[in-house]
This record gives sequence, C-alpha cells and structure tokens, in this order.
Amino acid sequence: MKDFLLLFRRDGSADTNTQMSPEQIQAMMKPWQDWMGGIAAQNKLVSPGNRLEAAGKVVKPNNVITNGPYVETKEAVGGYIIIKAASLEEAAEISKGCPILQMGGNVEVRTILPMN
Amino acid sequence: MHEQELIPHLFRTEYRKIISVLVKLFGIEHIEIAEDIVSDTFLQAAETWGQKGLPQNPTAWLYTVSKNKTKDLLKHNAIFNKKIAVEIKHTQASFEEIEIDLSNKNINDSQLQMIFAICHPCITTESQIGLALNILCGFGAEEIADAFLSNRESIYKRLQRAKEKLKTEKINIELPIESEINNRLETVLTTMYLLFNEGYYSESQNVTLRKDLCLEAMRLTLLLSENEGTNIPQVNALLSLMCFHASRFEARLNQNGEIILYEDQDEKLWSRELIEKGEYYLNKASSGNKLSKYHLEAAIAFWHTNKTDTKEKWENILQLYNKLLVLEYSPVAALNRTYGLSKANSSEEAIIEAEKLGLKENHLYHSLLAELYKTIDTVKALEHLKTALKFSKTTSDKILLRKKIKLIEEKKK
Repeated sequence: MKDFLLLFRRDGSADTNTQMSPEQIQAMMKPWQDWMGGIAAQNKLVSPGNRLEAAGKVVKPNNVITNGPYVETKEAVGGYIIIKAASLEEAAEISKGCPILQMGGNVEVRTILPMN
Repeated sequence: MHEQELIPHLFRTEYRKIISVLVKLFGIEHIEIAEDIVSDTFLQAAETWGQKGLPQNPTAWLYTVSKNKTKDLLKHNAIFNKKIAVEIKHTQASFEEIEIDLSNKNINDSQLQMIFAICHPCITTESQIGLALNILCGFGAEEIADAFLSNRESIYKRLQRAKEKLKTEKINIELPIESEINNRLETVLTTMYLLFNEGYYSESQNVTLRKDLCLEAMRLTLLLSENEGTNIPQVNALLSLMCFHASRFEARLNQNGEIILYEDQDEKLWSRELIEKGEYYLNKASSGNKLSKYHLEAAIAFWHTNKTDTKEKWENILQLYNKLLVLEYSPVAALNRTYGLSKANSSEEAIIEAEKLGLKENHLYHSLLAELYKTIDTVKALEHLKTALKFSKTTSDKILLRKKIKLIEEKKK
C-alpha cells in the first residue's frame, strides 16, 4: 500500500458569485460525504485533508505578491485528501467517484514519496 | 431488597469503595492486603448476618468492620506494621488514631483515583478491563472468565501480572495532573467502552452477568461524569451511548441469551427512562468543540431509539457513519455504514459499495449482502447466507443464520 495525494481542481472563477441556500449547500455536501465515507469504509482514507477557499496569494521572487492563483490558471486547487491504495491505477479508480467531476473539475492523483 | 440478594448487591456497590480507600491509604504495593481485608469483611458479614439477622445499616456495618480489621492488622501484624505503618505515619499523627476515612467525599475521590490507576497505559487494555472488573466491580476470576469465555486459571494469571506491573511501576493512587487528564481519560474511556461492550456483545450465556457488566460500566462512567475534573463532553457522550444501548437490554435477548435482531424487537420492552437519560447526557455532551467517536456513536444510537423509517433518519445515520469512519475505521462501522447507505440511497448502490469493503471472510459482510439482495435477488441472498454460515463462529450466530435460510427457502417453495 502506498499513499496518494488527490488534488481537486476546478475553475476558480466560476463559483464566486452565486449565493446558495442552506438546502443547496446540504445537497452539495452529500456526494462528498458519501464519497469520502466510502473510501473510509474501505479503510483507505489516510487523511480527510482540507477544502480551500478560492481566494489566495502567490508569492514570487523579488517581493512580488499577486492575488491568485486563479488569475493565471483556470484550474485552481479546491481541496485535497490523502488515500492509500495498492497502485496508482487503484488510486485513479477510486478518484473516478469524486464529485468534483460532476462540477466540471478534475482530480490529479500523485504518489506520495515515502520519507526514507 | 431480598435478604439473599443483599450481600451480592452490597458486594457490587461497596467492595470498590472500601478497597479504593484502603489502597489509597496503603499504596498500590499493598493491594493484596486491602483485598484480604475487604474479603474478610464480607465473609464475616455473611456469617454474622446469617446467624443474627441484618444490622440496621448494613453499609455502615461493613465500614466499621473493615476499619476495625485494618486497625487490628496494624497492631498485630508485624510485617504489615513495619512496612505500611511507617508510610502511613508520615501523613497520620499517631497510629492508634489512624483515620480510615470512609466519608462520601473520600470514597468518591479514592474510587476515581483508583479508576485512573487501573486504566494506566503501562498495562494492556485487556488487563485494564480485567482489573476494572476485579477491583472496581468485585468480580472474581471465575466470573471474569465466564464473561470473556476464557478459563479461570488464565484470567487469574492475567490479573496477577497486571497487579505486579502496577506495583513495580509504583503507580500512585491519584488523579493525573490537569494537563494530562484528557489524555489519560481517553484510556479510561476506552476501557469503560470495552467493559460495556464486553457485557453487551459477550457470547456468554449468562444473561444476568452480562447485564451486570453493562451496569457496572455505566456506574463507573457516571462517577466520571459527576466529578468536576473529569466531566468532559466525551464522558457524557459515552454515558449517553451506554444509556441508549442499555435501553434495549430487555428486548434484545431471549430467555436463552440468544440475540433478537433490532428489527424484531418489541419496542414496548425498550426502557423509556434510559432513552431519556441518554438524551439528557447527549445534550450535556454537546458543549465543547471536540466531536469524539462517542458523540457520533451516541447520535447514531439516538436515531435508533425510534424504529420508524424516515428519509431523514437514514440520511442522518449515513452521515454519522461517514464521519465516524473518517475519524476511525472499524469493520463493523464500515458494514453498518453500508446498510445505512442502502436505506438512505439505494440497495443497488450499497451492493456496489459493499463489494469494495474487502471483508469477504467476515460472516457479517455476507449477512449484510444477503440483506441487501433480499428484495433484488433471492438466489444471491441465499448464497450469501450460506457463506455467512460457513464463516460464523458462535452458536447464536449459526442459529440466527439457519433461521434466515429456512425462511427464504420456504418462501421459494
């Protein structure tokens, strides 16, 4: 078993303006909760990770700080989790159920290098 | 209370109080002496009360006699005198006037401190449960062996080893310092949780004994809840969970100690009183910002106090199981979550998810799949029941599975 980082990317400019009702928020949460619960039920969830706000800053050499990162890339990181799986293929298979895919986003699957 | 029941009852409730006070006074290294004094006291009670009838206040009688026995020992037993009297003298003015403080306050404090000493991380969880039963609940090696489905000899050895370890580690009978209390409480709560489960899910046929185990776990957890220093939300959440589960005690076992499934239980036998207590402690547990697994399990148990199936109920149960699994994986939670998924979403989705669980040698996994296939494909349901029967280990499970197989086969005819 290896650990894998799943990075959720979506169009950062899309979800900023619409105000959602609590019911809508609830309805949006359920697929995520069910998907993560399903991974945890297979004992393959290493860390539930974090969700990220759209707003952020990018720090560059020579004291250059810009708002971003979505200004430059259309695909901003919206969150991440860490799972364990037997192979990169299995980790990708698990990622197929990620709700971000229904929202026009994608999942980047990366193998985490062990510390030693 | 009936006279024959009085001594066993007092043994359950008073044994731990007296022994805690004495061990606190002597130190853990002399725990056997404390055990002898209390055992002698109860022996004398059995003899004297049998001949002369009950004293007016049996509890006070026990306290007086155990105090006198301790003083006698101090006077007459040379070894005890040398070893312990010296230590006690540090804190006591003179040893003729030695104070054996059996006030409510000291009893409560000593019991709490004793819980922490017994649930010390230097001994294994198994030993902690054994010692808790032995010292805090007055269970003998025989009874513990019965509950654990083990033999008296190995339980006795386990208890001896655990006591030796506490002695060599020189564990003090005291509450941990404030900065450590939450950490140590976690171990204590795990032991209380397992102690309760031992009674609730035990394979032992002795129904009374199993109920006693649960009640003792609840009493000890209540002690933690009633003490200011240990009254944290997790404690109340655990107590709430215990109350909800215990509310079904009369409904979940038949005369032979066989399990009656939740679906088949007579709700009229559920204890309203315990359900209300469970709700009370769940409310108390809702302060603070740490959501422990006891909170989640108590909330799941709360939703089960009403049998009526609603969309809301199962959606809540599913999300609670999702959270529980993210917090801590266990095969049972994974299986229960999948059942919740079938109720909240659909059996079809649950079947797909179930097959990913990797629990194909677990009889509960096959029982679950049989349940999920029940209305979709009876042939598959039957297959899974038969596989479940192959993997099941206990008699009560086998009886239950054979009943289910028979039911489906009869329907097919």
